[in-house]
This record gives sequence, structure tokens and C-alpha cells, in this order.
Amino acid sequence: MMLSCRQATELMSQEQDRPLTISERVALRLHVWICAGCTNYRRQMGVLRAACRRFGSGGTP
Amino acid sequence: MRSMELDRQAELNALRPDLLRFARLQLRDAAAAEDAVQETLLAALTGSYRFESRSSYKTWLIAILRNKIIDIIRGQSREVAATSLADDEAGDDLLAETLFDQRGHWQAAAQPGRWADPDASFEQQQFWRVFEACLDHLPEKTARVFMMREVLGFETDEICKEAGISSSNCWVVLHRARLGLRTCLETKWFAGAGTEGQR
Repeated sequence: MMLSCRQATELMSQEQDRPLTISERVALRLHVWICAGCTNYRRQMGVLRAACRRFGSGGTP
Repeated sequence: MRSMELDRQAELNALRPDLLRFARLQLRDAAAAEDAVQETLLAALTGSYRFESRSSYKTWLIAILRNKIIDIIRGQSREVAATSLADDEAGDDLLAETLFDQRGHWQAAAQPGRWADPDASFEQQQFWRVFEACLDHLPEKTARVFMMREVLGFETDEICKEAGISSSNCWVVLHRARLGLRTCLETKWFAGAGTEGQR
């Protein structure tokens, strides 16, 4: 299964809400490996989560 | 004794706008937000805690406020019906079309760039203004589901139940929110004037 970037972004969101299946994980890893845009997107998902946690705990300056 | 109480009053008043903005973003209901903040301030005034610094005081207040907001959300009827979420969809599909081409690849101009030093951004007040504006910019019901998940820390199962939607629908809504929020942050902050962001 070859993912499009659009599908990859869906999985990069869902991996924060549920465990991905093995085949989803493999497909996502392959896609991110060759796609700079999605590599950045995945890091950004981590930044969003960190920002929301900080915002929600009153840790903003 | 008296003057310590006055200090505390002044401190609370200074933080009130922050608390109110926080509650409004989560609840999107000015009256409910006002109530939550009032209750929080009342709880804070009647408590006997002492704080070393203003930042720990704010953290403490936000923690009380969060619990009030969670109570309010849990007490509400399931008003985020699937139909009202559908209203949010049209705009979101439009966003996806500007980001991806027919085959589902990033449009050249929309390819996500590298976000330079997010931790440094987190230390800037201006970043959080932009962050709040971007949250506020999300479609209402979408934002609500997203903030329940990411800011208030609900498990996805409970959100689905509260919102009266299926898990897969819930994931779709959360995905749209993340896509929208990161696109807003990229445009309004990381790609431009906010920092000396390199791409």
C-alpha cells in the first residue's frame, strides 16, 4: 500500500488517538522516509501536542 | 493580614483576563465561561494556599479552572450532534483542497516547512496570542472536540460519547482540527514575522 500525503496526514493524526495497526505503521514509516513535507508535518504534530499541554496547564508566559 | 488579602485580590484581578480567555476558548459560551471563572476565583479566595511566584499561582488557577470546565462539559447535554459537525465540514474540505492536489500530494506551496525552535516560541507571549487566535479560528464544534482531547485531556472514547459521534468520526474531526491548527500556526507564526524562522 502506497500512501498519499493526504492519507499519511490522517494516520499521523490518528496515531495520537489510537494505536495504529502494523500495516498502517509500516506504510506510514515508508511514506515519511521519502517525504520531507510529511516528515516536517509529523514533527509539527508533536509540537501541537506539547503546545496544547502547556497551554492547558497554565504554563504559558 | 488584611493587606495580604488585598494583595491576593489584586493578583487575582490581574490574572482574570487570562482565565476568561482560556474558559471562552474551551466553552465558546461567554456566560458559561464567566461562571467558570467566578467559581474559580471564589475557590481561590477561600483557599489558604500560598505561592512563591505569580507563575505558579497562574498554574494553580488554571488547574482549578480546567476542572470547572470539565465539569461543565460533562454536565452539558450532548449538543455536538453529528449534524452540527457536518456544518464544519464544508470549510475543512476547502482547506484540504488548497493543501493537497488531486492525487493527495502536497501542493508545492503548501508543503510543510521546518519549524525553527518551537521551544523558543513557547517562551514568547506573542506566540501564545497567535496560538489562541488559531484555536479560535477553527470551526466551533471541531475546536471543541479538539480542545477536549488536547487541552483538557479527555480520552477519545469519552469525547465520542459526549459528542454523540462514532470513533472514526471523532478521528476525522481531530485530524481536521490538527490540520487546520498547524496550517494556521505555520502561516501566522513559523513561516513569517513571528520569529526569525528559517524554513
